[in-house]
Amino acid sequence: MRWLALAFAIGCAAQAAAQEEVVSGMSQDRISITANFEGSDILVYGAVKRETRIPETGILQVIITVEGPSGPIVVRRKSREMGIWVNTASVEVDNAPSFYAVAATAPLEYILSQTEDLRRKISVPQKIRSVGAPQDVLDARAFTDALIRIRQSQGLYASAESGTHLKEQTLFSATFDLPANLVEGNYTTRIYLLRNREVIASNQSAIYVRKVGIERWLYTLAQTHPAIYGVLALFIAAVAGWAASEAFRMMRR
Amino acid sequence: MQIYLPIAEVSVNAILLFGIGGLVGVLSGLFGVGGGFLITPLLFFIGVPPTVAVATGANQVVASSISGVLAHLKRRTVDVRMGIVLLIGGLAGSGVGIWVFNFLSRMGQIDLAVQLAYVVFLGLIGVLMLQESLRTLRRMRTGTAPRVKRHHHTWIHNLPLKMKFRASGLFISVIPPLVVGASVGILAAIMGVGGGFIMVPAMIYLLGMPTKVVIGTSLFQIIFVTGFTTFMHALTNQSVDLMLALLLILGGVVGAQIGTRLGARLNAEQLRVLLAILVLAVCAKIALDLLLEPSELYSLAKVRR
Repeated sequence: MRWLALAFAIGCAAQAAAQEEVVSGMSQDRISITANFEGSDILVYGAVKRETRIPETGILQVIITVEGPSGPIVVRRKSREMGIWVNTASVEVDNAPSFYAVAATAPLEYILSQTEDLRRKISVPQKIRSVGAPQDVLDARAFTDALIRIRQSQGLYASAESGTHLKEQTLFSATFDLPANLVEGNYTTRIYLLRNREVIASNQSAIYVRKVGIERWLYTLAQTHPAIYGVLALFIAAVAGWAASEAFRMMRR
Repeated sequence: MQIYLPIAEVSVNAILLFGIGGLVGVLSGLFGVGGGFLITPLLFFIGVPPTVAVATGANQVVASSISGVLAHLKRRTVDVRMGIVLLIGGLAGSGVGIWVFNFLSRMGQIDLAVQLAYVVFLGLIGVLMLQESLRTLRRMRTGTAPRVKRHHHTWIHNLPLKMKFRASGLFISVIPPLVVGASVGILAAIMGVGGGFIMVPAMIYLLGMPTKVVIGTSLFQIIFVTGFTTFMHALTNQSVDLMLALLLILGGVVGAQIGTRLGARLNAEQLRVLLAILVLAVCAKIALDLLLEPSELYSLAKVRR
């Protein structure tokens, strides 16, 4: 059914005179976070659908992105004040994805024009929106750079300039590593086809990342009945403390 | 063996968590400190978000303190009456402390305030304790009888509202323990810990309680302070991670039993030297973090609503 819906959607879009369209699929569109979740791999694959011959103008390039749920974040900077390192400046980034990975067939600067990147927000720096830097911070750019650097080191932002494999100008695939510190939410996969540094076709689909089982239960309880959750936490602590004490007493006999 | 923590939203090694819980449990049983001053930084270090680390750390301290206090109750080394008086002061103090904490948070300097509080208090207490224990140890070695300082008469003994604390062998006013409890409560709330590491020396040096009952009594008081903290965190921030707590608790309760047994075998003065060294080591670590240039000057934090 999903395939049919997808095909239908693509069919409708195709009427807009595009010569080349994207047909794609994913190894999984549902990721369950269980107690022993260690991260996950996701394979995005697809093909370029054409009614005509392969156009001669420009080389076909493909960019695939995976984006996690976004939210605001505070970036703080330390500086030395009277001999000690203190947080002295901060910038609130209005919107930054919790996860963002880009895989392309070549370095982005060669295959994607600046205006196209600005319009569609494909590269990692474009994905981060920061408008409200306070007046006293002159180098707001350094803060967004730091955000990218820190998230990269945590495996949350990634940019692979040859992460997408394209075969015969038709078949393409890319593998993404979703790290273990994944946040729950709806993730979006986007595929862009490019020629002459312009996007000629694109398509997007969703990946649902959800906690399941005990993880789901604990999370929901904590959010909806915090008082019961708090009592449960104390009860477990009391029982565990008492049980350990009894167990050791019996062992000593 | 990796395990995903539902509230913290990170995946960490379960064995490592068990180990951290165990280590802190041993300290708790050995010294009567809850271990909050150690567990929270260790959790930061393995990537647990600070709010979750503080709240869940408190929950683990409840468990290891209960485990420890039961062992002490059986050995009759808990002064319940003194514990209750300290607790009354402590709850009042922690109310004030939470107000100060929120005030500093609004100023945006809570991290610095907490770190400075750690450095000053850990440093002060560590040095005092080390000095005192080394002096006593030296005296014991040379054979001179230690002067009994505990029963000398000071202004403290002239205060009204005297009460008999039989387990401690004291007949003093309730005002000093109330004040000690309240001051520790304030600091505990600001520093996000149970306060045992301040309470223990205060009981020995200010109240003159015998070392034997200090640890059990301190644990008794910590149970209620950290229990209250855990509940408040769960209620207001939903930041207690039960999965994390469970692993820490499993390690912690076992560790606390081992610690209490070890404590019964070790000499009280040697114990105090060990605690002093530990306190100074944590103090030095925090001081270095403030003084040395960090490798990453920037840090990320969630936006507080």
